[in-house]
Amino acid sequence: MERYRMEWKDFPWCSVEQVKLLDRFSTSNKSLTGTLYLTATHLLFIDAHQKETWILHHHIASVEKLALTTSGCPLVIQCKNFRTVHFIVPRERDCHDIYNSLLQLSKQAKYEDLYAFSYNPKQNDAERLQGWELIDLAEEYQRMGVPNSNWQLSDANRDYKICETYPRELYVPRIASKPIIVGSSKFRSKGRFPVLSYYHQSKEAAICRCSQPLSGFSARCLEDEHLLQAISKANPANRYMYVMDTRPRLNAMANRAAGKGYENEDNYSNIRFQFVGIENIHVMRSSLQKLLEVNGTKGLSVNDFYSGLESSGWLRHIKAVMDAAIFLAKAIAAESASVLVHCSDGWDRTSQVCSLGSLLLDPYYRTVRGFMVLIEKDWISFGHKFSESAIFKNLYFLGVRCGHLDGDPKEVSPVFTQFLECVWHLTEQFPQAFEFNEAFLLQIHEHIHSCQFGNFIGNCQKEREELKLKEKTYSLWPFLLDDQKKYLNPLYGSQSQKSAVLEPNTVSFNFKFWRNMYHQFDRTLHPRQSVFNIIMNMNEQNKQLEKDIKDLESQIKQRKNKQTDGILSKELLNSVRPESPALKATLSLKEQALLPVNDVLRTIEGSSPADNRYSEYADEFSKAEPAVVSLEYGVARMTC
Amino acid sequence: RFVGPLGTIIIKCKDFRIIQLDIPGMEECLNIASSIEISEWRLSYVNQEFAVCPSYPPAVTVPKAIDDDALRKVATFRHGGRFPVLSYYHKKNGMVIMRSGQPLTGTNGRRCKEDEKLINATLRAGKRGYIIDTRPLNVAQQARAKGGGFEQEAHYPQWRRIHKSIERYHILQDSLIKLVESCNDQTQNMDRWLSKLEASNWLTHIKEILTTACLAAQCLDREGASILIHGTEGTDSTLQVTSLAQIILEPRSRTIRGFEALIEREWLQAGHPFQQRCAQSAYCNSKQKWESPVFLLFLDCVWQILRQFPCSFEFNENFLIMLFEHAYASQFGTFLGNNESERCKLKLQQKTMSLWSWVNRPSELSKFTNPLFEANNLVIWPSVAPQSLQLWEGIFLRWNRSSKYLDEAYEEMVNIIEYNKQLQAKVNLLRRQLAELETEDGVQESP
Repeated sequence: MERYRMEWKDFPWCSVEQVKLLDRFSTSNKSLTGTLYLTATHLLFIDAHQKETWILHHHIASVEKLALTTSGCPLVIQCKNFRTVHFIVPRERDCHDIYNSLLQLSKQAKYEDLYAFSYNPKQNDAERLQGWELIDLAEEYQRMGVPNSNWQLSDANRDYKICETYPRELYVPRIASKPIIVGSSKFRSKGRFPVLSYYHQSKEAAICRCSQPLSGFSARCLEDEHLLQAISKANPANRYMYVMDTRPRLNAMANRAAGKGYENEDNYSNIRFQFVGIENIHVMRSSLQKLLEVNGTKGLSVNDFYSGLESSGWLRHIKAVMDAAIFLAKAIAAESASVLVHCSDGWDRTSQVCSLGSLLLDPYYRTVRGFMVLIEKDWISFGHKFSESAIFKNLYFLGVRCGHLDGDPKEVSPVFTQFLECVWHLTEQFPQAFEFNEAFLLQIHEHIHSCQFGNFIGNCQKEREELKLKEKTYSLWPFLLDDQKKYLNPLYGSQSQKSAVLEPNTVSFNFKFWRNMYHQFDRTLHPRQSVFNIIMNMNEQNKQLEKDIKDLESQIKQRKNKQTDGILSKELLNSVRPESPALKATLSLKEQALLPVNDVLRTIEGSSPADNRYSEYADEFSKAEPAVVSLEYGVARMTC
Repeated sequence: RFVGPLGTIIIKCKDFRIIQLDIPGMEECLNIASSIEISEWRLSYVNQEFAVCPSYPPAVTVPKAIDDDALRKVATFRHGGRFPVLSYYHKKNGMVIMRSGQPLTGTNGRRCKEDEKLINATLRAGKRGYIIDTRPLNVAQQARAKGGGFEQEAHYPQWRRIHKSIERYHILQDSLIKLVESCNDQTQNMDRWLSKLEASNWLTHIKEILTTACLAAQCLDREGASILIHGTEGTDSTLQVTSLAQIILEPRSRTIRGFEALIEREWLQAGHPFQQRCAQSAYCNSKQKWESPVFLLFLDCVWQILRQFPCSFEFNENFLIMLFEHAYASQFGTFLGNNESERCKLKLQQKTMSLWSWVNRPSELSKFTNPLFEANNLVIWPSVAPQSLQLWEGIFLRWNRSSKYLDEAYEEMVNIIEYNKQLQAKVNLLRRQLAELETEDGVQESP
């Protein structure tokens, strides 16, 4: 925040006073009054208590100006991180100005206008480069155990000639020759031919990914068939391989009419073909929209909430993604079978399923660093979205799905949010299996949309290189690692959960609404005391205490030694004496500091009826019954 | 009658458990009575033989200004003889929660001067009070046809009446049956599960009850007004509201002893008909007219608050689950019978053991103690938004899925806390040692 403050003081574009910030759910008109500032990158509201609300322009999903009311002009801003703020600006002209500025500021037309290109965390070039080198995918493939006797690094796509949207470095079966690869890529949508995504060293089985074949109703491609055979031969443990089409069967069949489709089991030897039925991006987008509509309702009843949750289909979709990942992980863990995953273009559902499947299989991806690697690998390096309808010809898929630039709203979809939510569900079922906590997931989600760091900007490796992101922007990961303490799970470490293949239970009742994601900024809906934070701080405190004990023990030992020596030399005395009062002081300070820590930890957040939307109860007071004297003054007292 | 050192009875009587049964409740009654200015409230033994009100205990707390004869008259005006009695005294501002049965106004608008006098006696000069009727207005109006009714504004001008709608009887029972049924179905898809969860209405009931309890607490703590709570009989929804309001307001009721006392006072002594309500639970085929999970709903509400304030309760979820189990089937006499009168007749004090005597043994208590507890003297206001309420998995999904990983995580959490305590103790010990050595050195050096 300090950082932002420096910036906005330098460029205060405009400010409006006496703006009211309404409580999103309040049925009475409870509000905070303050000043609204607009800077080059943020919208800032400072209320009378000097509490600051920062909103990055890139986070703004929609700005809406409502009909003028007696108290002013309402402005509703919805953010991609699910924050919703409701301002009332006293003068309509101001409101209109803010509205127009925000519309312009929130939709960037050029990559160069994105925040990442102006964001400056005061690091030098070397530090920045080091940050980018933190995650090295070649290293990651080595960790998995490739290249090896069956898998090799292919240079076929070194100049992005075969597939523009794939990275340069691709791992393929050793026996797959270049002509086979080239042939196969011509038979796959967008040239995205089958390549290695994850290699399971002990099972010798692989997760491969690609896009749908251009099979239409009857077309075949011998090279493609060979490539699949090469993949199954690269697995000595099981000659059968699964081909998972993550789409619903109907969608896949409809694609055949457009000359696309799915693999015919008769043409490919040794494959088992399977549909897993995850819906497409459009269904997912409207599902999330419905969910947000429901949970944004004022005075929501329990029944409306659950029927809304049901009709949005959101949890059903989450379960479908999870089930697909479990299918994948089982094929590898139980049958040692390799699996080829695709959807239509192989960058949405395929990424979800491959990354979640790897996460279930490999405990490394459940660590802080491993999770970053997983995202870099399955989402950033393989991901891409070519959008002809968008203003820009090549839009990076995350950029498009998250609406970084002003493009086609139909291409925006919460695929990545779903991935994070699946991971969250896993952390709920396996509280000790993940090194990171919920805050880590939320922080990553925040930056998927923030465009503050270069990781999620640009178009595949090719375009990222063209944009010179590594020279012009910073990588998110080192910043998260620096703050690692905040993102660690204090309960991580039970051996049984840490190393095992996770087998989540997907009976419907295990799926819950992720309040902390969709109501992250609605503090009043959260528990008022967090067990998690307490344990986290206690863990930290324990480490400090362990250190203190060591220090104290060595000091005592020193003292005792001296006493047994009996005679102390003058020098020794001098060297010890000045030290000890200071030491004493720090110790007693620590002692004092230790105890209040607990009190601070356990302070209750927002436990006052004013914060708690008891207006819901208070309504009772304002609904004056005919025969009863109105209790207006009571209401006023209760809300203030 | 109840002579002896107040407040220490439970601890002293470890070996003669049998007579412990209703002592915590009495003790609470007496504690309240003694803590209140004597000029305002008194302990009345008008119901000593259970003649005035069969579902009340022998001793109740009433306004000092009202004599026993008046109480007898009021009892004839209130459903089941349940005249207004003190339920909770808010020390902070001296306001009170009273509870009763519905007034028997009937269709011709009967009134009872003594009743009006009784509840007005609890108001300070110039102050107004609230009557919370747990039934919706139309239900309360219909009750008049059967001789029941509600307080008319004309006769109770100093009171403002608020109607809430907490469901009762078979509606709650149906809700429970539906919920348990759908929790047991492992095969249903997401849509079906969510729609069944919704159709069970269980969480809606939770929200209604919590909202009403918060409203009551708000009247007391924020409005500074006394309240009277009743529904029809005053033995079900009334008790849910009075007891939950105390959980919100009174830190003591969030301790183990305090919560036990609350159950004694607001559920057992107050005459919640456990035998009728908790006979069959969710798997009964025949329609039981009186069966209703009123107490379970109360426990669920407590669990919801516990989830939101995980450090403010001395007990943990297991304690609530244990109480749920014993309310339905128990080797202890505590939850037998429908009220004190029946328990007396059954001679439960002589023939059975008290649940509390078992629970309060250190070996058992450790299972029910919340390791995160840190006394919190504030009023705790829970959120009642649907997004904040959750299905109580510990009860409803208990037998339907493995909680191995969750249990392990809980153990790990306990370990961290224990380890923290050990480390703190050790650091303090070492510091003391070091300080001693330093003073010794000082002594050696100074000459």
